[in-house]
Amino acid sequence: MNIRIKFAKHGSMKFIGHLDLMRYFQKCMRRAGIPIKYSEGFSPHQIMSFAAPLGVGLTSNGEYMDIEVSDSEASSVMVQKLNDAMVEGMTVLSWRRLPDNAKNAMSIVAAADYTVAFREGHEPADWDVFTKDFMAFYNQADITILKKTKKSEKEIDIKPMIYDLHIEDQKICMQVSTGSANNLKPELVLEAYCGSQNTAYEAIDYLIQREEVYADLGDEANRKLVTLEDLGEEIE
Amino acid sequence: MRKLALSDEILLKVDKPARYIGNEINMVRKDPAGKTRFAMVFPDVYEIGMSHIGMQILYDMFNRREDVYCERVFSPWTDLDPIMREQQIPLFALESQDPIKDFDFIGITIQYEMCYTNILQILDLGQIPLHACDRTEEDPIVIGGGPCAYNPEPIAEFFDMFYIGEGETVYYDLLDRYKENKAAGGSRTDFLRMAAQIPGIYVPMFYDVTYKEDGTIDTFVPNCKEAPEKITKQLVLDMDTATYMENPVVPYIKVTQDRVVLEIQRGCIRGCRFCQAGNIYRPLREHSLEYLKDYAYKMLKSTGHEEISLSSLSSSDYRHLEGLVNFLIDEFKSQGVNISLPSLRIDAFSLDVMSKVQDIKKSSLTFAPEAGSQRLRDVINKGLTEESILGGAAQAFKGGWNRVKLYFMLGLPTETVSDMEGIAELSELVAEEYYSIPKEERNGKVQVVASSSFFVPKPFTPFQWAKMCTKDEFIERAYIVRNKFREMHNTKSLKYNWHEADLTILEGVFARGDRRVAPVIEEAYRQGALYDSWSESFHNDIWMKAFDTCGVDIGFYTFRDRDIDEVFPWDFIDSGVTKDFLVREWKNAIGEKVTPNCRQQCSGCGARKYEGGVCFEH
Repeated sequence: MNIRIKFAKHGSMKFIGHLDLMRYFQKCMRRAGIPIKYSEGFSPHQIMSFAAPLGVGLTSNGEYMDIEVSDSEASSVMVQKLNDAMVEGMTVLSWRRLPDNAKNAMSIVAAADYTVAFREGHEPADWDVFTKDFMAFYNQADITILKKTKKSEKEIDIKPMIYDLHIEDQKICMQVSTGSANNLKPELVLEAYCGSQNTAYEAIDYLIQREEVYADLGDEANRKLVTLEDLGEEIE
Repeated sequence: MRKLALSDEILLKVDKPARYIGNEINMVRKDPAGKTRFAMVFPDVYEIGMSHIGMQILYDMFNRREDVYCERVFSPWTDLDPIMREQQIPLFALESQDPIKDFDFIGITIQYEMCYTNILQILDLGQIPLHACDRTEEDPIVIGGGPCAYNPEPIAEFFDMFYIGEGETVYYDLLDRYKENKAAGGSRTDFLRMAAQIPGIYVPMFYDVTYKEDGTIDTFVPNCKEAPEKITKQLVLDMDTATYMENPVVPYIKVTQDRVVLEIQRGCIRGCRFCQAGNIYRPLREHSLEYLKDYAYKMLKSTGHEEISLSSLSSSDYRHLEGLVNFLIDEFKSQGVNISLPSLRIDAFSLDVMSKVQDIKKSSLTFAPEAGSQRLRDVINKGLTEESILGGAAQAFKGGWNRVKLYFMLGLPTETVSDMEGIAELSELVAEEYYSIPKEERNGKVQVVASSSFFVPKPFTPFQWAKMCTKDEFIERAYIVRNKFREMHNTKSLKYNWHEADLTILEGVFARGDRRVAPVIEEAYRQGALYDSWSESFHNDIWMKAFDTCGVDIGFYTFRDRDIDEVFPWDFIDSGVTKDFLVREWKNAIGEKVTPNCRQQCSGCGARKYEGGVCFEH
């Protein structure tokens, strides 16, 4: 049985990198007594895959992983079992059963929501001015940045990869393309904005939080974003 | 949520921020108010310290007391160190993230000599005076323990007290005295005087040392009535009633021991004459099989680890080993738990279990003959014979193994060129054993890797009187071995590595050093020495200069012959083995005379007075 788990990552846990987080969850599965399945072979490992790695320093309300189990009680019970095995800063939000033919989370990730707040003491001097400038930046026809690879630099337009952007309650909210095809990090948007204002981009100024991750059930012409959670169903 | 001691800006800049944030599974959380606060320090980086089982045992034991909050502290890595100095951030404990200068105790476990500059770093970054004599009522009590406490003299002036023996026995007593003294409004000195009366506690400032003209110790005497003349090692006798942690802290980042470690016994019956652990942890004491089964369950459950390993000085001597290993395989293998075996004596049993739990293609056989010839193995009382090595290897080769590791030491007492060349010859014989198997039954080529470390004489061993080699002598010996390897027939199947010698010389000075060595450690630290056990941060030139500046002669501590009746800096400690026994064993070594192990025959080492363990096995 394939299960999709949604979880949040906050507080000091933002310093735990992706590989360490995987090891953390493997141990949680054992401690919580989850009947997770193992691969075959000489050194079996748990069948577990994550949707989209979250960068060190970012917090999240919408992280996903898929696991395979031999059995499951009601979703609410499983969520409770896992939360009893969590540390401060980690919360399991849902446990959903996936259809047998479901693709794994990693392969279907298409977009993600982020909110960006300013660190205390690093806020813009004037919010109205900042909002006006930032929206003017976003409303350009194209937003061209220089993308550096190991060998060359090339100009790309990131505007088509930003699906939505607005400022609300002194936070920048953006929905951007995510996943293996077109991955846009929110940091890159902020960096492009700073570039447009001729100011230096300081990563430490921002507190970036992922809010949700989506799959795209539409086609190239029309996106139809659905949260990864909604592709599974609650077990009663 | 806990507030962290380091800002996001710093944590996002340094390597592996998880070293500094705590919050791991099974981390103990308490309200510190009104509690005796104990900072348990391992003076090396997090990944090393978190792999140490002793620290986890004591952490658990302290925190069982409601009136105590014990927290962990490790050395900030070399990227964080300069930031903390520049911004004057006081060193903090992982749990509460509070500065350790506000704690009642700083307990430092001292596992190897080359961590001494890291001890000074801990105190320095902790904003605690380096010298015990400069500490005031506001400062914590700094206490040291672990194997290096068996000769604490080179670092004595940095500590208020040392604990000689196994931590489980008298720490509760010490904490009770501390609370009593505090309640009665007693001073720091009052407490030190109380502590000095607890068995196993050594308070260096209560002892005066005088030296003879030749530089050796003349007298070593207490200067206050509370301090005993001899400090007696304390140890746990009934292993199964000893507190054991059920909930070890589980790191996020990969540490050296990323698994459940089951301590199966303490001490060793073998009596290898170079080995300090084999002497100071006498007598051998085993856990019962039932006890270990129970803890294996509990610890796997509480940690979620996917691997379990066994810990002891010589696991093959554990009487219930077969039962334990079979239990672990039967019980946990099907649940995806890996069983990692310690180095076992190679025989039918160990080969059988190894084939069950390891991938033969990837694993290698390990032998530790320590010396290249039978003569020298008799000198060091290492009971491993050429016959048993070759016999074990032959069996293993037939079972499919084709990789062998051999461990040796160079610079052992009485070592001759033929002993050195024996290392290459023995390695060659192992390879020949492999090639004597018909070609169609072999699994490709054999790979024999021999490694040698350089021998350092340690206190409380029969070799404490031994003269150590100079650096040039060590290197010369390694070249002799290397050249001999080149003469061998199967030279393409053989590989020989040797360790650096600079570090060995320093280790030699600290192992048998006295109080006059302390200024060198401090000077080297001031000049930037830190993480000396890490080759990338070890700077021998800093050390050589520090010896020079302080006018301390390396040769006096290392390359000198010692008289049988010389007073050693560590003679005030009763480690359980008597000096008479050590003298007898030193003479047996020179006479190439083997001493039977504890289960064959009692050799009267003195440890029987503890009234337990192997001395009373029926």
